[in-house]
Amino acid sequence: MKEILSMDNVSYSYRVGDEESKRAVDGVSFTLHDGEWIAIVGHNGSGKSTLAKLMIGLLFPDEGDVNIFIEKLTEDNLWEKRSQMGIVFQNPDNQFVGSTVQDDVAFALENNGVPFEEMLHRVYDSLAQVNMSDFLDHEPHHLSGGQKQRVAIAGALALHPRLLIMDEATSMLDPQGRDEVIRVVENLRCKKGLTVISITHDLEEALLANRIIVMNKGQVLAVGTPKEIFLRGVELKTIGLNLPFALRVSGLLRKFGMELEGEHMTEEELVNELWTSHFSK
Amino acid sequence: MDISLQQVGYLYGKDTPFEKRALQAVDVTIHSGSYTAIIGHTGSGKSTLLMHLNGLLKPSEGVVQIGDAKISAGTKTKGLKAIRRHVGIVFQFPEHQLFEETVEKDIMFGPMNFGVSEEESRRRAHELIGLLGLPADVALKSPFDLSGGQMRRVAIAGVLAFKPSVLVLDEPTAGLDPRGRKEIMELFHQLHIEENLTTILVTHSMEDAARYADNVVVMHDGSSVMSGTPEEVFGNEEKLSSYRLGLPRSVKFQRDIEKMIGRALPGLALTEEQLAKAIAHAATEVGDR
Repeated sequence: MKEILSMDNVSYSYRVGDEESKRAVDGVSFTLHDGEWIAIVGHNGSGKSTLAKLMIGLLFPDEGDVNIFIEKLTEDNLWEKRSQMGIVFQNPDNQFVGSTVQDDVAFALENNGVPFEEMLHRVYDSLAQVNMSDFLDHEPHHLSGGQKQRVAIAGALALHPRLLIMDEATSMLDPQGRDEVIRVVENLRCKKGLTVISITHDLEEALLANRIIVMNKGQVLAVGTPKEIFLRGVELKTIGLNLPFALRVSGLLRKFGMELEGEHMTEEELVNELWTSHFSK
Repeated sequence: MDISLQQVGYLYGKDTPFEKRALQAVDVTIHSGSYTAIIGHTGSGKSTLLMHLNGLLKPSEGVVQIGDAKISAGTKTKGLKAIRRHVGIVFQFPEHQLFEETVEKDIMFGPMNFGVSEEESRRRAHELIGLLGLPADVALKSPFDLSGGQMRRVAIAGVLAFKPSVLVLDEPTAGLDPRGRKEIMELFHQLHIEENLTTILVTHSMEDAARYADNVVVMHDGSSVMSGTPEEVFGNEEKLSSYRLGLPRSVKFQRDIEKMIGRALPGLALTEEQLAKAIAHAATEVGDR
């Protein structure tokens, strides 16, 4: 497996020299491999977004190295690295430049010198992937919040990035919109080997990742598979996170005196267990 | 204060090449003291609808009645300031509206603008800082030095500070972490009851709509297509899915279980607690047999 991104003991503080200010990111290390989906979770202010800014070179670490595609990210190679990364932020209003949807998606392609014919093809293709083909000539600012976000995601996908970073990118979508976007991303990961980093509060979204990194107070609190992470239950709650639905309901069922074997991450697993151990008699 | 919309239509960019219909023949009644959730997929007209609730947008067609005030298409409206004093809107990402030098001043801006004395406004600001779970020492800090979650709370305090009797919330917890989301939703619910507010929540979260609302309005393609109690609305899975809306997780789980055991559980599980209780109860019945 090829390494896509690694953080090596990275620290960052917004106010250098101010003894009182805490480090927003404090000694973070992890490695991300080709085709992996990694979710970074943590409460508001835990350092997740700072981490994202460090990954894309909007900020540079005070200490430690950020390596992208096995090379240290510097101001000199920043643009070359960024051309292979797609980034989608939480609020799409902040990133629109084009006056129509198709112009907006084409913007980054023009910047990267993609030939016109190829550009047309990629714009249509990426808008189709997020179900926004009917909106080619609409003004981005007149779209609803969820539609805007799908256009922003199309803009990132059009670059055919090796790495897609989503910073709370689905938090404004309705449940259907969220499912659609996640399906699209999962599909791209399977078919094209896209590597995905999603920074999220949505624990159901985090469940789909191969690995979860839990951030707390700028530090990595835990790294593991979704199952490993969510079995730490109470600990997650004390740092402001929650558990996926199936685990929350399991906890309540036990409180009401039902016995359950094992822990279940998804609704399907829990329904099956309830059937076999309680209702199939 | 009762609010009603009768046959309301709205066009963005009316009489321009960008004209786009956002609302069509919307009929909605919101009774004083109710907690109404407005749900609908993105682009269904929810946000446009809510801007009619305090006269930020004027209907292109139909009538909006807010208490005694009437806003209708084609007429000049008086008394908008009085309406806005009674109807407080917390917009999506309200922290984008922060602008003052200190948190205290920002919260005081609304009430002072409506003629409340400086002293009283300051008293309210400090009370709200506590109520929203912010540390007391933020009062004199710049709102821009706070974390995202804290900024959200300051912005919400700025709306609560002028004591509206109708509180309109547009996705008030988007982007907050799960604990922050729960705290804010519980706070709104507590205020709804203690201050006898009329609360209108625009949300994507079927779970929040099911848990907190006593009245649910469904928007689809710019029209109000369904309304009723959460039991009525969320009990009709087929109709909801035709509007591209899903069930709250707890109701969906209830349906999955019912399919598996081949019989219905009593009632509709609008919350996880109700769901767990219903399952545990059904399991004891099986055990007793």
